[in-house]
Amino acid sequence: MSPVEYEPVIGLEIHVQLKTKTKMFCGCELSFGDPPNTHTCPRCLGLPGSLPLPNARAIHYGLLIGMALECELAPRSIFHRKNYFYPDLPKGYQISQYDEPLCGPGRLGDVRIHRVHLEEDAAKLVHVGASGRIHASDASVVDFNRGGTPLAEIVTEPDVTSAEHAREWLTLLRTTLRQLGVSDVNMDEGSLRCDANISIRPKGETQLGTKTELKNMNSFRFIERGIRAEVARQEEILRNGEQVVQETLHFDPRTEAITSLRSKEEAHDYRYFPEPDLVPVTITSDMLDTARAALPELPAARQERFEALGLQPDTARQLAWRSELGDYFETALQANGDAGSPQAVANWVCNELVARIGDEDPAGSKAAPGAVAALAGLVERKAVTPNNAKLVLDKLVNDGGDPAQIIEAEGLGALADDGELEGIVEAALAANADAAEKIRGGNMKAIGPIIGHVMRETKGRADGGEVTRIVREKLGL
Amino acid sequence: MPTDLTAVQAAEAVRAGELSATELFDAYRERAAADDLNAYTWVADAAPTEAPPADAPLAGVPVAIKDLFCTEGVPSQAGSRILEGYLPPYTATSVARLAAAGAPLLGKTNQDEFAMGSSNENSGYGPVLNPWDRTRVPGGSSGGSAAAVAGGSAPWALGTDTGGSIRQPAALTGIVGLKPTYGAISRYGMIAFASSLDQAGPLTRTVADSALMLRHLQGADTRDMTSVGLREEIVLPTAERLDGIKLGVPEELSGEGIEPGVRDAFERSLQLAEELGATVESCKLPHAPHALSAYYILAPAECSSNLARFDGVRYGQRVEADTLMDMYTRTRHDGFGPEVKRRIMLGTYALSSGYYDAYYGRAQRVRTKIAEDFAAAFERFDFVVTPTSPSVAFELGAKTDDPLSMYLNDFCTVPMSLAGIPAISIPNGLSDGLPTGLQLAAPAFAENKLLDAAHALEAALGFQRLDQRETVA
Amino acid sequence: MIDREQVLHVARLARLELTEDEVEHMTGELSKVLGHIDKIAELDLDDVAPTSHVVTVENALRPDEPEPSLPRDVALASAPAVSDDGFLVPSPQAG
Ligand SMILES: [Mg+2]
Ligand SMILES: [Zn+2]
Repeated sequence: MSPVEYEPVIGLEIHVQLKTKTKMFCGCELSFGDPPNTHTCPRCLGLPGSLPLPNARAIHYGLLIGMALECELAPRSIFHRKNYFYPDLPKGYQISQYDEPLCGPGRLGDVRIHRVHLEEDAAKLVHVGASGRIHASDASVVDFNRGGTPLAEIVTEPDVTSAEHAREWLTLLRTTLRQLGVSDVNMDEGSLRCDANISIRPKGETQLGTKTELKNMNSFRFIERGIRAEVARQEEILRNGEQVVQETLHFDPRTEAITSLRSKEEAHDYRYFPEPDLVPVTITSDMLDTARAALPELPAARQERFEALGLQPDTARQLAWRSELGDYFETALQANGDAGSPQAVANWVCNELVARIGDEDPAGSKAAPGAVAALAGLVERKAVTPNNAKLVLDKLVNDGGDPAQIIEAEGLGALADDGELEGIVEAALAANADAAEKIRGGNMKAIGPIIGHVMRETKGRADGGEVTRIVREKLGL
Repeated sequence: MPTDLTAVQAAEAVRAGELSATELFDAYRERAAADDLNAYTWVADAAPTEAPPADAPLAGVPVAIKDLFCTEGVPSQAGSRILEGYLPPYTATSVARLAAAGAPLLGKTNQDEFAMGSSNENSGYGPVLNPWDRTRVPGGSSGGSAAAVAGGSAPWALGTDTGGSIRQPAALTGIVGLKPTYGAISRYGMIAFASSLDQAGPLTRTVADSALMLRHLQGADTRDMTSVGLREEIVLPTAERLDGIKLGVPEELSGEGIEPGVRDAFERSLQLAEELGATVESCKLPHAPHALSAYYILAPAECSSNLARFDGVRYGQRVEADTLMDMYTRTRHDGFGPEVKRRIMLGTYALSSGYYDAYYGRAQRVRTKIAEDFAAAFERFDFVVTPTSPSVAFELGAKTDDPLSMYLNDFCTVPMSLAGIPAISIPNGLSDGLPTGLQLAAPAFAENKLLDAAHALEAALGFQRLDQRETVA
Repeated sequence: MIDREQVLHVARLARLELTEDEVEHMTGELSKVLGHIDKIAELDLDDVAPTSHVVTVENALRPDEPEPSLPRDVALASAPAVSDDGFLVPSPQAG
């Protein structure tokens, strides 16, 4: 009997810090890296008698996100209080949205959105270890600079099917948010934070398994690894005939260990109720018009535009979902008249360039977009063979420069004279009589040694297609 | 004596050059400093160095401010030990508005802790005594403000009313107390008890004084999203008659539970109203008997959340402990008094998982019904009138062991708070030598009409305030 | 009605330490108050909308324009314990 195959069911919760000038409910400026507690006021310190005042731009950004994610926008939404005690929560409650969020169901790519709501961020708590100043054996220091930063919380439906899928989709989300200009979407600085709700079930089943919540994953790589590790952990539990326990988990990217965050404390009881210090937010047609006018081109539209240029859907998607690649590609196309066809340029960007720069922003590479476009054009015009062009690209990435000059200087140009190539092919056929015989017999696969010989003789400057054509001609095929 | 003047009179005298603002301030400062009712938690050392401009509308008439209004650099403790010595870095909008209009801060007045109480016995700084009878309570929670005005140590005072905390102490000390429409006055800087109900308002010697203070308090404030201000400027009331005015007397708030002496005084006032030209008929507020229940869910629920910030981290008292949990629980144990703890417990329970719908959700619906009841009544009547408090001032300690009987003091005032409508209490004659109050409630934003009617009744009642009696004696 | 266990649970949610005496008093007092309050259970409120705000104002939003923050020494002035320019608390991880 073959073992049961499981499939993961994953939902994501993403907290995005909005790039407003001021905090969600007060006029303190947002800051990153400023000295602690220099951006506070009675409101964001929760001083007695202070009251919250919602930031109009945060609402605007919420609408932009809702539109980009094709959400239903609520005509009226309200804020609730989420009550719990923690030193980073100055009022003893977080002002958040609960059952009447700004944005309802939507979709981004192949993942449905459950909702998007606005709330305020907590402050920063720094553990300082043992302290002599208070009786506590162990102490923390609170810095309220971050407290009150506007957050959009995006909650997906459990449509994510694997760790890789999660990473790919989050890339799309990040691109979308970046295009919108609503956030720095920088995981290192905490402006994008992701939790995952993970369960698994036997393939083909429709009923959901028990889910766990994986918290605190602060890079796309860790998210992918964390989810993979948790899926594996759950599979092992089920294969051993045991039950997954619903709990909150922490992934340690260093050790890949997953640990439970369950504390001795009672289960959370947030005692939500409508925030009496705020009145409902009603979305006016003016607000909607302003948001609509501010919507930039989004990845889906960009992908369509790239397809209209003649790109394969996959390539178009890759360029549109990773906006910096798309930007690079578009700059390359505009570079000069010698550029290759859009698909050729796109292939060089998506395959060869990405293989060399990984996740880095291509705009920071020494290979100028125009140079890569020109290289693609040279290959298309058979001025250089694809193999030698890869050597040229290596040089472009390492040192920059102009591809035509590199080809010239390194002698990497394709053989222009067919007569010379014919002679070399003839010599190759003579030196590999066995192979020649097999080809004559109809086995084109045997051409390998012939091509290898020609390439050795020409230092790779011969065009493989041209060599094949000459071989067929010489052998009378 | 300058202290014999009402606030309106004093302001006029100063503006006319008959009285100096400093002289006026010093006369009251002296009285406030000598106060033996425990009405103050702090008294100003001296008149402000900068005298208000000669044309300032409030012309230097000093004002006593309930402790829970934040005043920069001045202790603002909301009657709680957990905020002992707390000096806020900012001033409440309403206090700033009064100061800008020329009313300097005379002192901070004692109150029930975080405005929770109807007797002022819940202050962390000791009970306030009723100037009419020092063995009795002045009412609460603005008991210090009421005692200061009734006792003559302040010309007028600022209080807050969540379920009756201005009107009830005004009634029990024989002065005027006005709770305006919710949203008329900014709550910014008012240390919150129950945000959806809290409203600042004047405690004064006369209706005209209340109108004058309200004129300078009201107004939308960009610092408080729920403040809308009034729709028209407040004018000083002048009416002497009530011709054509229809008064509705809700059966539910004027029968059972009202002390006989209070009911007698109430009925005398209704007769007087008829003599002034008003018609008096009974009306129905069918859900009013449930108002107290709804109130004692909603207000504690909001307070349980509003008081979560008193956690020993950023301000106020802290009990040091090794663990965070112990620091929290001991700080809050030692810092809060018994009534505050009771309400935090009640509110936390009402919001907790499994109970929200039965308590908070239902109470919000009762609130809707009560507002509808008033709306229906105001289709037929100009005002709804009731006794302000079901009893006269009771003896200190009489109800401290029985929270429910204490809560029942708010029976007549809570419905108006839930509906967010304005209501005023004016002196209504004595019962057994102690003041009783007459409450008039009006539709939202009808303050001018309300003040006019109250003014006419006030004149006809001819009540002699305690400060007038003492002057005579 | 509320029992002793519930009182202890709610006190913990509210971060209130209660002495044995207080637990006993609280249980009795709250039960009595709840006994009165529970009368609203008799009302038929099925078709009634809840009221959370009596004010009719909507969208009183604040423009996204910076206002001065408090000087740090002012922000920290009332704190019971301070360290390294921040508010010092017992660590949530400890104990
Ligand atoms: Mg959240
Ligand atoms: Zn702030």
